[in-house]
Amino acid sequence: MNSSTDTAVQGGERISAATFIKKNLREYGMLISLAVIMAFFQYMTDGTLMQPLNLTNLLLQNSYIVIMALAMLMVIVAGHIDLSVGSVAGFIGGLAAVLMVQYNWHYVPATIVCLIAGALIGGLQGYFVAFHHIPAFIVTLGGMLVFRGLALWLLGGQSVGPFPQEFQLLSSGFIPDPFGSESFRLTSLLLGGIVAFAFFYMSLRERASKVRYGAAAEPLSFLIVKNTIFTVMILYFTYLLASYKGLPNVMVIMFVLMMAFDFITNRTTIGRRIYALGGNEKAARLSGIKTDRLSFYTFVNMGVLAALAGLVFAARLNTATPKGGVGFELDVIAACFIGGASATGGVGKVIGAVIGAFVMGVMNNGMSILGIGIDWQQVIKGVVLVAAVFVDVYNKNK
Amino acid sequence: MGAILEMKGITKRFTGVVALKNVNLEVQTGEIHAICGENGAGKSTLMKVLSGVHPHGTYEGAIHFEGRELEFDSIRDSEEQGIIIIHQELALVPLMSIAENIFLGNEQATAGVINSETTHRRTVELLKKVGLNESPEELITNLGVGKQQLIEIAKALSKKVKLLILDEPTASLNENDSQALLDLLLEFKAQGMTMIMISHKLNEIARVADSVTVIRDGSTVQTMDCRDAPINEDVIIRHMVGREMADRYPPHEPDIGETIFEVKDWTVFHEQHADRKFIKGISFHVRQGEILGIAGLMGSGRTELAMSLFGRSYGRNISGKVLMRGKEIDVSTVQKAISHGIAYVTEDRKGYGLVLENEIKHNISLANLPGVASHGVINDGKEFSIAQEYQKKINIRCPDVFQLVSNLSGGNQQKVVLSKWLFAGPDVLILDEPTRGIDVGAKYEIYCLIAQLAKEGKCIIMISSEMPELLGMTDRLYVMNEGAFVAEMDTSEASQEKIMRAIVKSGKN
Repeated sequence: MNSSTDTAVQGGERISAATFIKKNLREYGMLISLAVIMAFFQYMTDGTLMQPLNLTNLLLQNSYIVIMALAMLMVIVAGHIDLSVGSVAGFIGGLAAVLMVQYNWHYVPATIVCLIAGALIGGLQGYFVAFHHIPAFIVTLGGMLVFRGLALWLLGGQSVGPFPQEFQLLSSGFIPDPFGSESFRLTSLLLGGIVAFAFFYMSLRERASKVRYGAAAEPLSFLIVKNTIFTVMILYFTYLLASYKGLPNVMVIMFVLMMAFDFITNRTTIGRRIYALGGNEKAARLSGIKTDRLSFYTFVNMGVLAALAGLVFAARLNTATPKGGVGFELDVIAACFIGGASATGGVGKVIGAVIGAFVMGVMNNGMSILGIGIDWQQVIKGVVLVAAVFVDVYNKNK
Repeated sequence: MGAILEMKGITKRFTGVVALKNVNLEVQTGEIHAICGENGAGKSTLMKVLSGVHPHGTYEGAIHFEGRELEFDSIRDSEEQGIIIIHQELALVPLMSIAENIFLGNEQATAGVINSETTHRRTVELLKKVGLNESPEELITNLGVGKQQLIEIAKALSKKVKLLILDEPTASLNENDSQALLDLLLEFKAQGMTMIMISHKLNEIARVADSVTVIRDGSTVQTMDCRDAPINEDVIIRHMVGREMADRYPPHEPDIGETIFEVKDWTVFHEQHADRKFIKGISFHVRQGEILGIAGLMGSGRTELAMSLFGRSYGRNISGKVLMRGKEIDVSTVQKAISHGIAYVTEDRKGYGLVLENEIKHNISLANLPGVASHGVINDGKEFSIAQEYQKKINIRCPDVFQLVSNLSGGNQQKVVLSKWLFAGPDVLILDEPTRGIDVGAKYEIYCLIAQLAKEGKCIIMISSEMPELLGMTDRLYVMNEGAFVAEMDTSEASQEKIMRAIVKSGKN
């Protein structure tokens, strides 16, 4: 350990890599379980899981779940729940189809209108939850029925499509590739490399600043090993993707949103206040935090991202169906809880929710490849959800 | 008649604190035995030991009941023996009927099927015994507090009760209901029941009790028989409060300036019962550098007064004026109160003061996040160094400020709450029971901090149930009882007897 840390923090803060891992097991445990699950299916499917085509599909299949999980995490951290997101996504997909296909709107204004509609829907539900203190479970259960019904009505019970070419690119497109060739998308790999090294650099810088102001930082050796593994993994994944069609557009959107929400939750006053609200609403209110307004905003945010997910899903299917988004809310909520969010609020991480979403996604994908029927897939997913939360709670109480 | 109950050498420790020290209690068959003592003296703990809330093995000493030594593992065990306790907070389910409440957990049933006829018949009998004329189907929520208290008693009578324990039975009752309740207790005594009554109200004790045991600082001071000679209130008061006061408080030389904070005719109605006036037109002021005390018993409305001033966090239909340096200010929301330089350190730090599963530094910055952020982005380094500054200044004992607050001891948690409010930069600091549940060492540290803050020119309003603490720390005192200030005195002229007398006198009217 650095000498300045030793003088700044008394009381045996010389943490070795081993004790540090133990202390942060919860955080890394998630990542390790995802890696183990991936390795398991990679082995069981004789390498099909990680084939470039399948990996690309895996990302596309899960993109809308991940997008909604980001906002759902904030709702759950604030101490609420949103059961309506699947219906809202379906409704907005229908709205997009009606505007673009039946009314021939340009895709840009149509997208904007859809996102605003999502915000209004979230705001409406948030209004009842935040300002009238009606339990979110009830309000959004109502919303689930209302928007499923409205989706059916809007589409007249029919599937509507296809969408304009440009709109489809939202889900089926890949980033442009000025440097590469048909067989290998060099730009994608380069981008992956830049991101990986940016992460490496940022974590070193963060550690340096922690050491500078005298906080206990993770051991340097550990940090380097961790980040090296991380960098290699990112490079390997982008290499795999690059050898198919490159990075999907939606992955870029997902990544940017993920970084933005990670920043908001960890570094901003709004994020801090949401955790305080979920952790102890009375204490938060007595600390001068406008708890009602904050709850309201988490629902508005949820509505916007549910709308975005609805657009991504519709673009991917290239059609809007009245059944679009059925059951999504369960996957989204499960992702948050598998990722370590607490059902009583106040605890949960954005990265955890994303990993949780991919745990579910990899299992869906891997079991499908193995030819396991939808019946047993559901059983196994249910067991994994309860087991993950059980292990989490058990470790915490130990 | 012999003793129905003997508790011998009861010692009960909580982590780090000795709540009861070698307590002896003897209750004679067929008497009403009063137990009195200050808040925190150990009365409730003693009753919890007796009723099995603290199971056998978690305390030292022995309980003899009807001549046999008994060991209780739970409330159920003690109830089987006929020891029934009625807690101060009513434990009724508001939206269930009288009959359902009376037999809750003790349903009149065969093979799990409730026999509604027996339930009804027995409820009517029990209601008659406590002098109530309500329908057994009436919902609890439709009854007043006085009647609810009687339902609690009826519930106790539904079990085969040999020893009835009442924890401050009249605390939330008005004068008429209190009298009716006391009459009922005397009637029960005539029928041969033994009762233990915990009470602060000396006039009530004088009226119904046959003997009185005074508890102070976790020990029994004396048991007095009052069947022959009428009881002397002064003696009880002296026993309740009498203790040495040597150097438990830091020296504090008041340097008092202008009046800074002023409240005029503050009136607040009860949050649930909108027709009940809870704070009755209180006016007071605090001067610069002054430590002002508010004395009173639990339930006198001190916390409600403070919370209603702090952004109307309590009550409804609030009226009155708040002035800061002579100018009226708006304290209608917590944000506005904070921005005018008011801070409120709650008496319930876990429920209202801290986000337990958050880090120390996050808790310290919570009331003043803009102070560690620019454009809504938190500067981690600044937050950390500020937290560390307070950790050193206030001596929060923790490995580092990244610890979760839930891992700290009560004293250190309280220091985190204080740090939070000091970082918000207040001029007026309202401290509600600042040393509750804190060990002696940490108490002294907090007293030093309070004295230091006063020296820096802040106005301190200190609410406390511990009279020695108020006498040791404050410059001036208000005595509060039943939602009103009933006396004001300079601390130099105050004494515990004087405060108690003010409370007891006002309660008699």
